[in-house]
Amino acid sequence: MKTILSILALALLYIPVLGQGNSDNCLNCHLDWEDDDGPAHKITRDVHFQKGLGCADCHGGNTSADDMDDVRESRDYIGIPDFLKVPDFCAHCHSDAAYMHEHNPSLPVDQLAKYKTSIHGQRLFGRKDKKVANCVSCHSVHEVGGGRMPHSSTHPVNLPQTCGKCHADTEYMAEYGISTSQLDEFTNSIHGQALLERNDLGAPACNDCHGNHGAAPPGVNSLAAVCGLCHAIEAELFNRSPHAEAFRENDIPMCEICHSNHFIIKPSDSMIGSEEPAICTDCHSADDGTIGFMTADSLRVSIDNLVRFHGKAQQTLDEAIAKGMMTTDEEFLMKEVDQSLIQTRMHIHAFNIDSVEPKAKLGIAKADSVRVMSAELIDEYYFRRQGLAVATLIITFLAIMLYRKIRKIEK
Amino acid sequence: MPNDNNRRVSNLKELSFNWIDSRLKIKALIDYMSSKIVPRHNHSSFYYLGGVTLFLFLVQVCTGILLLMYYRPGAESAYESVKFIVTEVSFGWLIRSLHSWSANLMVLFAFLHMFTVFFTHAYRKPRELTWYTGIGILGLSLAFGFSGYLLPWNELSFFATRVGTGMAGAVPIIGKQLMIIMRGGEEVTGATIGRFFGLHVAILPALFVGLLSLHLIFIQRQGMSEPLEWADKKPEEKKYIKFFPNFLYRDALVWLIMLNILALLAVIFPDGIGVIHWPLGEKADPFAPPPAVIRPEWYFMFAFQALKMLPAHVWFIEGELFGMAVFGLGGMIWLLIPALDRKAAKSKRSKLVVAFGAVVVLFMLAMTIIGYLVE
Repeated sequence: MKTILSILALALLYIPVLGQGNSDNCLNCHLDWEDDDGPAHKITRDVHFQKGLGCADCHGGNTSADDMDDVRESRDYIGIPDFLKVPDFCAHCHSDAAYMHEHNPSLPVDQLAKYKTSIHGQRLFGRKDKKVANCVSCHSVHEVGGGRMPHSSTHPVNLPQTCGKCHADTEYMAEYGISTSQLDEFTNSIHGQALLERNDLGAPACNDCHGNHGAAPPGVNSLAAVCGLCHAIEAELFNRSPHAEAFRENDIPMCEICHSNHFIIKPSDSMIGSEEPAICTDCHSADDGTIGFMTADSLRVSIDNLVRFHGKAQQTLDEAIAKGMMTTDEEFLMKEVDQSLIQTRMHIHAFNIDSVEPKAKLGIAKADSVRVMSAELIDEYYFRRQGLAVATLIITFLAIMLYRKIRKIEK
Repeated sequence: MPNDNNRRVSNLKELSFNWIDSRLKIKALIDYMSSKIVPRHNHSSFYYLGGVTLFLFLVQVCTGILLLMYYRPGAESAYESVKFIVTEVSFGWLIRSLHSWSANLMVLFAFLHMFTVFFTHAYRKPRELTWYTGIGILGLSLAFGFSGYLLPWNELSFFATRVGTGMAGAVPIIGKQLMIIMRGGEEVTGATIGRFFGLHVAILPALFVGLLSLHLIFIQRQGMSEPLEWADKKPEEKKYIKFFPNFLYRDALVWLIMLNILALLAVIFPDGIGVIHWPLGEKADPFAPPPAVIRPEWYFMFAFQALKMLPAHVWFIEGELFGMAVFGLGGMIWLLIPALDRKAAKSKRSKLVVAFGAVVVLFMLAMTIIGYLVE
């Protein structure tokens, strides 16, 4: 009886394991044949596979056949899709709103339409250029992942490398006559450092400025709009500035002329002003007969004044903190000074002293209040020390007198 | 002329003394105090520890009354009023600092006083009642510390109180109700401040003054305990000093030195130093995540750490409950030591009692050090 029970128990244990056998013969064979980097191994990380699609859903064929020849001979067998037909092949499902709604309702279904408007799509469909990117060039073939999946080639952190596969390859890009320094420049830019070094997903990757399926370089006139997607206030101020119209009329790239495009470094106050290395002097000089030169000078003076007051306030506050004084109110006000400095620098994009000066003056007034309040705390610190010294002297004197009295009575 | 002046002053003193004495009979009190003597030996300095604790309690009372003038209990006003005290009120920062420093030093000296009494077996007959009232005073001092910690209603005090009151919930059967009574509800809220405030400024002081009065009366009636070794000494081999004025003057000298130390600490480290600190910080926010490190006050650290180190279950008992039961049993033995130590009553030293005391002290020290090192 015990033996029968043991056999039954073992059988119950093995039933779930036996049920895990794979009925997809494509995988059964390919997993045996291929090394770890082969499609059958990669496919387990593919979002399509994870959603329940199998090999035959893209490649066609009979998955229950035991022999490759039998698989190929089935009527719906596709094999490897033609490179030029890949966009239409993917769009078969991805442009079908009803079908996509069942699997991923949040995903747009206009990828193919956008792709056709892109430089990539135009060259692929128009010139049958097989070197341009199609769906699999960016999304991979068997490891397709959504942009949120960390292993995905289209995840923001991986995207610069994905684009750079072609765009940083000098030899590959030679016939197109465009620069191949973008990846290098972006990697060293403030955006690249934020995204790639600090994993700050709020920082832009290539697609945030160029688009993804409809990838195109931003035009001169659309540049402010593209940058304005994130830097909205700066864009708004710039569009109301005297520069906006002048740049448009003269085809000057708006943000790029001062900040560059891929190699955007952290802006500094030295960019403004009437002396080197201010970039204002690239266009404006003392004898150009416009007010631009004087405005650049005034803007710099305003910023410098605020920075000086901010520095003094911070220094005095730091000293009060180091002395152990309670500085919560001062620190709170100092944050407002920081905010004023940010706002003043932001308002530089209006290129109008009337917009910058009030912000700077408000910041200066607050910074001065912080300095005065902190200085009072430092004075209070020294007052406490003096008070302590007097109290200690008095108490010590009393203690000595009492000690002498004790000595006297104990003699 | 100087002699005439001295004579006049002397007459004035005598007249004043006689005027008071005819009404209050203070001469009898002075005669009583003058007849009192205090043993003088190698460990006489231990006699001043109780006096220092008393002095620090008086500082607590004085500074506490001053703080009470501006402190406003309540979730919406407690933090703001303490901030007002330390930033706006003249010398408010000093009063708060003195209150906090004297609170910590009072607990420290109360512990030192208790351990010296324990290891010198001064609790032996006829001073059992003095020991019991002393333990009660220490317990109340800890309750003062616990209830006062929450009153500024800042981030650290809020979460520490939540942990502390939560531990009461582990007590079987009555734990949940006990926790609700302490908190004034399921959670630590403004109602908890109200309770802790009432406890801190009314209930505990009333109990404390009662016990302290008894403690002092017992000491006055029985005098200072003599060392065990004196039992075999001849009367002429024993040395004494007069209680009045000698011992009282010496006590006053120690108080002055303590006042000087207190002033130095309060001015140089107004927010405390090292593990003994009480920065006001941020206002308590029940919805904010708890700070990375929640520590009780240093004098609760040994118990906190020991409970933390216990496994989830000891045999079939829940770890925390087991720990509290052990602490309860240990505390009971400690309290009843005058009754349990039969040898001390016969003026003999018990090695077992000394070993027990040493284990308790080492355990408290080790757990406290580990508690701070681990974090």
